[in-house]
Amino acid sequence: MITSWISTLGKFFIMLGRAFSKPESFKEYNKAFWRDLDHLGVDSLGIVTIISVFVGAVVTIQTAYNLNDPLIPDYYIAIATRESIILEFSPTIVSLILAGKVGSNIAGTLGSMRVTEQIDALEVMGVNPYSYLILPKIIALVFFNPILISLSMFLGIVGGYVAASFGVVAPQDFIQGLQIEFNSYYVVYALMKTVVFAFLIVSVSAYYGFFVKGGAIEVGINSTKAVVSSSVAIIVANYLLTQLLLV
Amino acid sequence: MIEVNNIKKSFGSTEVIKGISANFKPGETSLIIGSSGAGKTVFLKALVGLHNIDSGEIVYDDRQLGKMDEDERTALRTEMGMVFQGNALFDSLTIEENVSFALNMFSDMSEEEKRDRANFCLKRVNLNNVGHQFPAELSGGMQKRVAIARAISMNPKYLFCDEPNSGLDPKTAIVIDNLLQEITQEFNITTVINTHDMNSVIEIGDSIILIKDGLKAWQGTGDDILTTTNDDITDFVYSSELFKRIRRNT
Ligand SMILES: Nc1ncnc2c1ncn2[C@@H]1O[C@H](COP(=O)(O)OP(=O)(O)OP(=O)(O)O)[C@@H](O)[C@H]1O
Ligand SMILES: [Mg+2]
Repeated sequence: MITSWISTLGKFFIMLGRAFSKPESFKEYNKAFWRDLDHLGVDSLGIVTIISVFVGAVVTIQTAYNLNDPLIPDYYIAIATRESIILEFSPTIVSLILAGKVGSNIAGTLGSMRVTEQIDALEVMGVNPYSYLILPKIIALVFFNPILISLSMFLGIVGGYVAASFGVVAPQDFIQGLQIEFNSYYVVYALMKTVVFAFLIVSVSAYYGFFVKGGAIEVGINSTKAVVSSSVAIIVANYLLTQLLLV
Repeated sequence: MIEVNNIKKSFGSTEVIKGISANFKPGETSLIIGSSGAGKTVFLKALVGLHNIDSGEIVYDDRQLGKMDEDERTALRTEMGMVFQGNALFDSLTIEENVSFALNMFSDMSEEEKRDRANFCLKRVNLNNVGHQFPAELSGGMQKRVAIARAISMNPKYLFCDEPNSGLDPKTAIVIDNLLQEITQEFNITTVINTHDMNSVIEIGDSIILIKDGLKAWQGTGDDILTTTNDDITDFVYSSELFKRIRRNT
């Protein structure tokens, strides 16, 4: 059990070591980067938008419901909504959702390339499959995840505002609340987390894709494992980073 | 010249290659035959370094495969072309992109030169006007031919083909055989081909190795094969009635 853990970790870091090596052709890696940016990052805009708006709305309504006390001013609802969206919902929960979407995509793609010998074909050509297949994905998501998450923060608050304006909180109170005690370091902290999460999603999922043995069934199994493991990695990293950066 | 000295390869506790030595010469098509499961694919993959061998050595023109650093290995591999038994085409890329993949990575040709080269290679395997299609849109035999076109795109010094004409009709199979022999002689390529196809054996086999149970059971030329009394060969080759009859008549 422990030795298998150590050997898994060893394989993981060897994979990463090989992934961060010099590209054979910057032009081809650049092409791969834009391709990956497109279907790992840009393609996630839709789901992130929908989820952020609705969760922002729900957070506002629930906060309002719980703070339903004449002694607490209404703008506290906006403060609470803002903090929970910026600190946890957008960076962590949205990253978890992306771990499902992007992680299974990466593990599935690399896994099927492995079982159909496409990865071997790259290797025989002299292309380093680790770096060609993994590096552009890491760079793409590490670059795009903070953008996605910033958008999610903004849309979450917009969702909250819309829900508030249906009679939960007066719009001017909500706007006022958003501006009170705003600590911009929270945004920095959240975006630092998302960079780490993006790296975890790609590297963990790539690991599960790369080392599939067998056929279509194993590719499916490993895609699931990729999602589970990258989610766990995100949760643990979230705890560690919060200790490190906030406390 | 590729020299193989007593290589062994096991998976877990099963030994698949049990000590094979062979020399493959430039300008010759060397064929590896053997029944299904004999270890041909494992041998070929060990030869190119996709399987790490347990013992023995593989030497490419005085360069020992096991002792190369990353850069030397990459340099050697740009001199290799390989056709996999299952084609291994990049399914997210078009046929033309598949064939020009290595050119894009390693050559400094212009876009137009690369396109011309890709189309030239595709023509040599009798494929026309499929450049913009995806592998999944082609038949099995067409995919196989794309794989061959991809393998020869960089003018390899060493060419490895795992059953290049399985799944092809007899006529196309001959076209492929002739192509492989032609480029081998024209560019002095060291070519190693795994095959089941007795027609290829007789037509283009400059040197032939029979693998049986992970060992080299026989070695000779295409002419030898018709006259040898080696039991393993007669067993393998003359399992078909047609060849038994041919043998009786020679
Ligand atoms: N990755 C692997 N792990 C474990 N065993 C393997 C692996 N690859 C091949 N083998 C075993 O090695 C033996 C030889 O397989 P190989 O693919 O080389 O046969 P082959 O001669 O190419 O057969 P065919 O003509 O059917 O392609 C088989 O018994 C196979 O089960
Ligand atoms: Mg085989």
